Amino acid sequence: MRRKVMKARLYFLAPSFLGVFLFVLLPFGDVVRRSFMTAITKEGAGIQNYRTIFTNSAFLLAVKNTLRFTVFCIPLMVALGLVIALAMGSIRHMQTVKSFYLFPLAMPTATVAVVWKMVFYEKGFLNQWLEQWGLLAWLGNGAAVDYIGSGAAFYVLAGTYIWKNLGYTVVLWLAGIMGVNGEMMEAAQVDGAGKLQRFWYVMLPNLKGSLYTIVVISFLNSFKIYREAYLVAGSYPHDSIYMLQHLFNNWFVNLDLDKMAAAVVVCALFFLVFIMLLQWLWDKEAG
Amino acid sequence: MDKKKAREWYIFIKQGILETVLILPALLVCIPILLLVTGGFMARDELREGLAPVFTGMGDYIQWNWMPNYPTFENYKSLLFETPQFFVLFWNSVKMTGCILIGQLLMGVPAAWSFAVYRFRSGKAVFTMYVALMLLPFQVMMLSNYLVLDRLHLMNTQWAVILPAVFSTFPVFICYGGFRQIPAAMLESARIDGAGELHIFWKIGLPLGKGGILSAMVLGFLEYWNLMEQPLAFLESKELWPLSLYLPEITWQQAGYAFAASVITLIPSVFVFLMGQEYLEQGIIYAGLKE
Repeated sequence: MRRKVMKARLYFLAPSFLGVFLFVLLPFGDVVRRSFMTAITKEGAGIQNYRTIFTNSAFLLAVKNTLRFTVFCIPLMVALGLVIALAMGSIRHMQTVKSFYLFPLAMPTATVAVVWKMVFYEKGFLNQWLEQWGLLAWLGNGAAVDYIGSGAAFYVLAGTYIWKNLGYTVVLWLAGIMGVNGEMMEAAQVDGAGKLQRFWYVMLPNLKGSLYTIVVISFLNSFKIYREAYLVAGSYPHDSIYMLQHLFNNWFVNLDLDKMAAAVVVCALFFLVFIMLLQWLWDKEAG
Repeated sequence: MDKKKAREWYIFIKQGILETVLILPALLVCIPILLLVTGGFMARDELREGLAPVFTGMGDYIQWNWMPNYPTFENYKSLLFETPQFFVLFWNSVKMTGCILIGQLLMGVPAAWSFAVYRFRSGKAVFTMYVALMLLPFQVMMLSNYLVLDRLHLMNTQWAVILPAVFSTFPVFICYGGFRQIPAAMLESARIDGAGELHIFWKIGLPLGKGGILSAMVLGFLEYWNLMEQPLAFLESKELWPLSLYLPEITWQQAGYAFAASVITLIPSVFVFLMGQEYLEQGIIYAGLKE
């Protein structure tokens, strides 16, 4: 019987694994190989491609912007999500309110882009409202700004990312909060811990696992903001939102495959190290 | 007695304020939808006049009548009955999303079952690899995908979008979360009663793991209905494109089409969202489960 079980598990896994092997693992190996070769003549190039990308100004700009975006957005969203999840836990119509936070997830990017252009272009709604309320003069020298074609694009994109993914984060936090042992919270209360103390000393330490997954998932989702950025601002947007996604896409279109291969390897390594580091930090805390 | 009443009032007011503050961001959902819907019913001239400042940069600010002056179905009519191109792209979207989801069901669900039920050491390593792959963004996988698709002569066919997505490891992880809930003792006792592995999967796994599978499908639908990066990179012919890439192609002079098309693109998503919100939330929670 054991043998039959062992065989079964292989049959279940095989189709998926073969596909992953063919479509992901095998070509990824090829990418690694190509990262050490020239694009056209396919001669060995050593680490030349890696040297090229690290002196390439577009690559450096894209890395800088991507990091800036991540460092700005993720802590903000993690904190905002926690505050909202905590507040939401104590209201009556939680389910309805939650729907509104989740809905942007279901809004196709193409439709978002239509609205965003109307809101954020120079003659759009945002400037109109600001002027109506007399805020335009107070904010920036009275001149209307094109929010897509200037440095403000970064904040538009950051706001879009948070708008789109906040519901996701809130759901994860809520699940984490529900998972905190109720008895422990009660015991703390009986022992005379105040509301804030209970939150700080009992609730938060128990939410570390949620924090880890929320950071990882937010990071992953932050790459999908490319859709909005591309549809609103095109392949070559303002410098402040030129990110790795734009760069990869443009290299791909221009068939700069050697540079791209090296950049892919660098990024993949960075992601894996980043995630492993997070997990290690968390395991250390837990253990 | 009075003190109690005062306290009740205090809680009532506090709740009210909290609810009001929390519901405010709902405006950020309602206003965009209202814009799209009103735009869809607006006459061509009214739209052109109102939007010209935005797209030409001339004149005063955008003008928007939240109640169209002459509400009309003209935009929908010409989009649905006079623009065959729209139907081709809508059908493309349906076809690609459908094929991807069916493929994920056929490939991903059994794999998730295998990881969740049969614990073995080499399996664990493979599973860790699946999780790592799930965490890599598309841009990192783009070149690998291209190399395979080019070798298989699939570039510029819709298979170029479908096949890599079918073998995405994300739905495997979500379904795994659902299957993990099934107690091992239940499977063991079925085995002792002489049930075959396939039988167990079919009769116990699928019914009890339904939540995970549906969660993967709902998350998958919202993702693939909105597909952009892959078709942009792998499909050159515009007649193969999905709807999500068509919208931005519409120039502002034809804004009426854009609004009508937006609303039509939005409808399936809203439908899935409303029907499947429970599974959407469950799926998000499964995605956050740490192995």
